[in-house]
Amino acid sequence: MNPHEPLRLHVPEPTGRPGCQTDFSYLRAAPAGHARKPALDVDPKATAGLAVGMVRVLDEQGNAQGPWAPSIAPGILHAGLKAMLKTRLFDARMLTAQRQKKMSFYMQCLGEEAVACAHTLALNADDMCFPTYRQQGILITRQMPLFEMICQLFSNARDPLKGRQLPVMYSNKAKGFFSLSGNLGTQFVQGVGWAMASAIRGDNRIASAWIGDGFTAETDFHTALTFAHVYRAPVILNVVNNQWAISSFQHIAGGEATTFAGRGVGSGIASLRVDGNDFLAVYAVSQWAAERARHNYGPTLIEWVTYRAGPHSTSDDPSKYRPADDWGRFPLGDPIARLKQHLINLGQWDEARHEALAVELEQEIIAATKAAEQHGTLGDGSIASAATIFEDVYKDMPAHLRRQRQQMGA
Amino acid sequence: MNVACEPSQPNEQATQVMTMVQAIRSALDVMMARDERVVAFGEDVGYFGGVFRCTEGLQAKYGKQRCFDTPICESGIVGTAIGMGAYGLHPVVEIQFADYVYPAYDQLASEAARLRHRSAGEFTAPITVRMPCGGGIYGGQTHSQSPEAIFTQVCGLRTVMPCNPYDAKGLLIASIECEDPVIFLEPKRLYNGPFDGHHERPVTPWARHPQAAVPEGYYQVPLDSAAIVRPGAAVTVITYGTTVHVALCAASETGIDAEVIDLRSLWPLDLDTLVNSVRKTGRCVIVHEATLSCGLGAELLALVQEHCFYHLEAPVERVAGWDTPYPHAQEWAYFPGPGRVGAALKRVMEA
Repeated sequence: MNPHEPLRLHVPEPTGRPGCQTDFSYLRAAPAGHARKPALDVDPKATAGLAVGMVRVLDEQGNAQGPWAPSIAPGILHAGLKAMLKTRLFDARMLTAQRQKKMSFYMQCLGEEAVACAHTLALNADDMCFPTYRQQGILITRQMPLFEMICQLFSNARDPLKGRQLPVMYSNKAKGFFSLSGNLGTQFVQGVGWAMASAIRGDNRIASAWIGDGFTAETDFHTALTFAHVYRAPVILNVVNNQWAISSFQHIAGGEATTFAGRGVGSGIASLRVDGNDFLAVYAVSQWAAERARHNYGPTLIEWVTYRAGPHSTSDDPSKYRPADDWGRFPLGDPIARLKQHLINLGQWDEARHEALAVELEQEIIAATKAAEQHGTLGDGSIASAATIFEDVYKDMPAHLRRQRQQMGA
Repeated sequence: MNVACEPSQPNEQATQVMTMVQAIRSALDVMMARDERVVAFGEDVGYFGGVFRCTEGLQAKYGKQRCFDTPICESGIVGTAIGMGAYGLHPVVEIQFADYVYPAYDQLASEAARLRHRSAGEFTAPITVRMPCGGGIYGGQTHSQSPEAIFTQVCGLRTVMPCNPYDAKGLLIASIECEDPVIFLEPKRLYNGPFDGHHERPVTPWARHPQAAVPEGYYQVPLDSAAIVRPGAAVTVITYGTTVHVALCAASETGIDAEVIDLRSLWPLDLDTLVNSVRKTGRCVIVHEATLSCGLGAELLALVQEHCFYHLEAPVERVAGWDTPYPHAQEWAYFPGPGRVGAALKRVMEA
């Protein structure tokens, strides 16, 4: 007789499902101000506590607490609030345009705006970002013209990418925004490579690479950690843990018994887990990581804990797999509401100014949408000529592509 | 960069007798001296100089910042090279054996190959990925493969395979300077001597081979140009890599006046040279070491059919590795040697 119980497979489940409220205690959200702030040259092993804890600055009342509270000019707070609000309003407007069939597809970053916007404000304008599809906040913070963004979304005659990429797969070298790959995480390794090149050339620019919680299961995540550690690459490695990879809860990616930041410590990388809906915490930790990189102390892995408030994309229906009121009950709240409250507490903001800003941004977005629409949308067929698909496959068009272009008759 | 003072015509330069390994090393040396954007890295590539010695001395000469060892991680080697390419460097990376390239395939096929296109020319991956390929060294199934067809099938990649020291250096320099990603396959059985498939005979060194006289400085062999290595009138042999030497041997042993074409650039390729030759001879045999079915030979055959159909006097034959894993003990039954190629030449001539 076998003295043991039969073996059984453990398949993780979220604590909430449709009709059953989520128990968010799994987040282990610590109070604001409790996390210590180590020196820039910290031994990566000594960040183990930070990697499983949570750096938070803004408390429930919207006041800054603890050693991570940044000394930050009100101008940056205003810029951050504006960038986050603009990102949210832009997303809402583009979601509508998608429903009106002006584009094939859209992905919003509702609820995650602080992660990209605060991080970008803590970088230099010429630092290079290797983003995923939910960091449109980087482009908006770096003031990419909305007109260009919308032309890309509409795949129209003025689409800078000539209709070759899905909507939201932006590329903008001038804004330090690497071409998005639909493969998701390949850019994590490439960002490390870019940072290595910057170090090889004795440059002072750093790289910042992004993935989501889901992608950490791919080998490219671990590859990036290894190379970043081995060569002490000047790179910030961001994992946006928004709890969901389409319908798969973060435990399916491997977040149940440890944190995603926890993996960095084992790779010899200084690692922190941070309240990603806390503008001040995102700014402070990003600034710390950027300083480390610029001082040749090497990479920092940051897990940003946030919540994907919307569907994965316009092709997804989250009501099938998670409770409808999940975002409203998420303990880390809404990043825009939290920064707004903080500014009001500082006497630097009020409801009337907030309203006026929202109206001004709405008008800017509507004007840009109208201007872009003059050059067509995917729906009305005003797209780059089909002959252009043969361009840029190689630097110079080889003979076989010239023949095929002729055969196409375009 | 001012290069006007350097001779670029190979025939104006002093030459040295080199092996393939020395020619590859010389190309890297010339390019690292000439262009600070060129960096070289891979497994065992730095201090030791590579398991086949192709990067020997480069770290000592150019420093650890430009020539270094990497973790055993092909996706990381290629992935970081792509990031460096986007930065503006021209990395040359080594995959220790072509058999190990598969973990890097996503970075090559989905990323390097399409980056220019998907960003409408904003970002590019001007990287060169070197890897020893082919068998004939009792390497078994993990040190013998010829995976060129998985690269030639990918739009946006260039795939190159030299078969002698002169071409190896000139093609490698052209690859490093190329703004497209290049897969640079090095037939390892040719590293230290030409090999005609007669494994039972003593090894022939490169020293007596005319293509072993290699200019010391900078020159290019242009990408997408084939070479007619043996002019002939009876039948065209289209091949590349180790089997170029096998085909020459087969022509000599059978006495058939074959025109042997070394593709050199496998894709994009030099179609005109192939078509002109087959239209002239009316017969064609395609030879490669890689497995037969769905291999590059199938594409070559389709092109011959499309462009030369009314000139053909006989069915086109393919001689290739069998559709099995590359064996260890049975290596010489697998390798498409001069006997099999000669038999195909005779069949085509008798048809």
